[in-house]
Amino acid sequence: MSDKIRKVEGITKESTEALIAETLAVYPEKAKKKRAPHLGANDPASGSACVKSNKKTVPGVMSARGCAYAGAKGVVWGPIRDMVHVSHGPVGCGWYSWGTRRNMMSGITGVTSFPMQFTSDFQEKDIVYGGDKKLKTLLEEAHELFPLAKGISVLSECPVGLIGDDINSVAKQSAKDLDIPIIPCNCEGFRGVSQSLGHHISNDTIRDFIIGTREYAEPESPYDIALIGEYNIGGDAWSTKPLLEECGFNVKAVWTGDGELEKIAATHKVKLNVIHCYRSMNYMCKVMEEKYGIPWVELNFFGPTKIRNSLRQLAELFDDTIKAKVEAVIAKYDPIMQAVVDEYKPRLDGKKVMLLVGGLRPRHTIGAYEDLGMDCVGSGYEFAHTDDYDRTAPEMPDATVVYDDPSEYEFEKFAAALKPDLVGSGIKEKYVFQKMGVPFRQMHSWDYSGPYHGYKGFEVFARDVDMAINSPTWKLVKAPF
Amino acid sequence: MSNALGLEVKTIVETPPEEVERVKEWINTDEYKEKNFARQALVINPAHACQPLGAQLAAHGFEGTLPFVHGSQGCASYYRSTLNRHFREPAPAVSDAMTEDGAVFGGQNNLHEGLENAYAIYKPKMIAVFTSCMPEVIGDDLTAFIKNAKQKGFVPKEMPVPYANTPSFSGTHINGYDSMLLSILQNLTEGKQIEGRCTGKLNLIPGCDFNTGDYREYKRILEAFGIPYTVLADISDSFDSPCDGNYHLYAGGTKLDDAADSINCKATIAIGSYSTAKTFGWVKDNFSGKHASLPMPMGIEKTDAFVMKVAELFGKDVPASLKNERGRAVDAITDSHQYIHGKKFAVYGDPDYLMGYVSFLLEVGARPYHILCSRGNKKVEKDLQALLDSSPFGQGCKIYMNKDLWHLRSLLMTDPVDGIIGDSHGKFAARDAKVPLFRFGFPIFDRVNKHRYPLIGYQGAINMMTEICNKFIDIKDETCEDRQFELMR
Repeated sequence: MSDKIRKVEGITKESTEALIAETLAVYPEKAKKKRAPHLGANDPASGSACVKSNKKTVPGVMSARGCAYAGAKGVVWGPIRDMVHVSHGPVGCGWYSWGTRRNMMSGITGVTSFPMQFTSDFQEKDIVYGGDKKLKTLLEEAHELFPLAKGISVLSECPVGLIGDDINSVAKQSAKDLDIPIIPCNCEGFRGVSQSLGHHISNDTIRDFIIGTREYAEPESPYDIALIGEYNIGGDAWSTKPLLEECGFNVKAVWTGDGELEKIAATHKVKLNVIHCYRSMNYMCKVMEEKYGIPWVELNFFGPTKIRNSLRQLAELFDDTIKAKVEAVIAKYDPIMQAVVDEYKPRLDGKKVMLLVGGLRPRHTIGAYEDLGMDCVGSGYEFAHTDDYDRTAPEMPDATVVYDDPSEYEFEKFAAALKPDLVGSGIKEKYVFQKMGVPFRQMHSWDYSGPYHGYKGFEVFARDVDMAINSPTWKLVKAPF
Repeated sequence: MSNALGLEVKTIVETPPEEVERVKEWINTDEYKEKNFARQALVINPAHACQPLGAQLAAHGFEGTLPFVHGSQGCASYYRSTLNRHFREPAPAVSDAMTEDGAVFGGQNNLHEGLENAYAIYKPKMIAVFTSCMPEVIGDDLTAFIKNAKQKGFVPKEMPVPYANTPSFSGTHINGYDSMLLSILQNLTEGKQIEGRCTGKLNLIPGCDFNTGDYREYKRILEAFGIPYTVLADISDSFDSPCDGNYHLYAGGTKLDDAADSINCKATIAIGSYSTAKTFGWVKDNFSGKHASLPMPMGIEKTDAFVMKVAELFGKDVPASLKNERGRAVDAITDSHQYIHGKKFAVYGDPDYLMGYVSFLLEVGARPYHILCSRGNKKVEKDLQALLDSSPFGQGCKIYMNKDLWHLRSLLMTDPVDGIIGDSHGKFAARDAKVPLFRFGFPIFDRVNKHRYPLIGYQGAINMMTEICNKFIDIKDETCEDRQFELMR
């Protein structure tokens, strides 16, 4: 949380509210009424959400949202490397989400890790007669061809729920027959309003089928922690995990980036859960807190300021050994980070960024931009809830625009008025802004770069932001004739 | 102690390294291949997407047209992002975001609200509606819904709202392309046929082709002939628009008036007999003029066939510029044939692309050794076999119908080839097999600007030949012994 309320020149509550009103002017009455509560001017002093959220997407407005399946396959289950993740239903969902999130994996593909597309490729006859038999056969085939897979997740696509298949009983029987965990996940895309419900459903399946079924072979230590909501996008976990280890912790499991099923299953044995993406995994943190008494802490690993604060916050929960190590780590990296800031800040100071991303980045990355001297003049989420917006309020400057599940039209209008020097959002938005000559970074996937987490990540992040904003290519956009 | 599944609590045991080694070797064996090919239910790494993706591509090919997904919100995001990644271009499309209540009450309310909002906000000239799984499973009646939408004034009565049923559990993206294109043409040309009128134009239907360079190449060839044309559907500017500081929501596409008048054409050529089967069948019966369905003009022979068909339909000679261009392409091929002659290839992809790759490889003396079609019918297999039978270089080459890229991996590891032609998804198998992947298909997520380089026409033949031969030469330079490393190749 930032100490004082920041202001951006030219942005007032009145100007932001006028911008919102002007943007919505084109909407039909009903749509305008639905959208208006989702757009607001930030009030950092209140420390609470200025917008409504987690409501149905308004039809026809061009939302950037995905679905429950996307939240389950792409976000929570998909990154676990030593499992076969079956996209159960027609071919498309699994194909579109195959390798497109950039959750990186170690291991040997097809042997010990499975960054592949497994699907039941439903045909007309499966819709008519049901897909349960096919699922049973498919699970046997997967187990035979991938004997080292530690488990199988079955991720339902829309038709499965609509035709009344019972994947739960198939999974239960096959798990017994094959003697491996098989997790049925009823994450059909029509459920809920966004990816978010997919996260929740997946957390529930981890609770119901996974947690507590394994124990670590090594003896326990007071420094055993788990890193939750770290998906190893562009290798993020390969930056944060070693950092935590350098601070003296044993990171027993990562949920779920480059994750291992059995280590996740034994997480009830750790002493503390460190959560990064609160939105997608707060549910299991709360479950482990209630069921096993494991406390959890939400940290931010973007940019040296937030990392420093986070590490100290973490150290406070442990003994002097950890505190000393954390201080040593901070002392080691501070000059390295200062060198990064010294290199890039002169070219980025005072630049403005607008964000529209997913679960944590619309608030978590603000500090990293600020480390580089930049201001965040607008931020929003695809699928956040009120508790996310509450957490966002203090991070953003006063009266800046906050948008929940904005349409492409709204996002474009806001950007046209606020004239950001950089937009950080997704692939669907990227080329819209680049056509306008506005520098852009994909902030879901790190735009084929990364990591962005941790100290190692900040060097890459700063380089990428500088590269986007200060590329000479933008000077070519306007023809001289 | 047991959990919800009744499984006991176990201590974590790491897989022994020797077991990992064993399985690592095993997945490359003939024994594994046999098990892999015995699969009945599990599909692994398929080389095909679902129908609505192709439908969206077709919709983008028309002026001022907003693709509209009737179904769950996530579907639209998936199609859009796939097209974004391949073209590195915007792909605006809306969805009516059906949720649980849609399953109970049907999707009419969502469709109506969606049409009203999309029309007000994005001001399209046409909205092309296509379906994802949910409305297909629950049986939504699009005909009635859209009629009602117009009656109730959610969209103007006169605005075209073509719609196609594009269930994801049947066919692939090429079938969705076909259905959407057919629906758009039926809608726009309705009542537009004028007795005795002939526009003098050629309708060119390029088929489900994701290479904008191909579209531009078709147009260039027709311009060389001096033949007026209408491309149905023209995605070239939609997915290859200028970066000039302005974003245009509808960056290109065939003019709706031209599409409407296409029914009064002098002739129609549909490219790709698999991705335009339905459309061509209807055009043949309903459009004036002559009609022809041709394979994608990949390689010299298939381009010759295309060029000669155009000449024949319009009673023109092939222009000197194209004759020269052909000669230059043949020159490029004969100059470089030694680097590809006898090389074995694995090829995979959509049937129309496959026919093109196979035809090209055979004519340059290479062998399309493993031909893998992810989804296709008996006709595809028969047509491919006929191509193989037409050349000595096709002998011993084999077609694998309805197989996936995990099957392909087994083929590559047990019966190796020199190169692979396909889309980006083949890069994993290519890496394991240590052979180059030539990215000529869709999607290409991991190389830049490839969709701007045509694969069709004489220019396309030069492009394919150059890329393949130079890669083989690169490999030689990178891997040969020092004493074999020399200036000339």
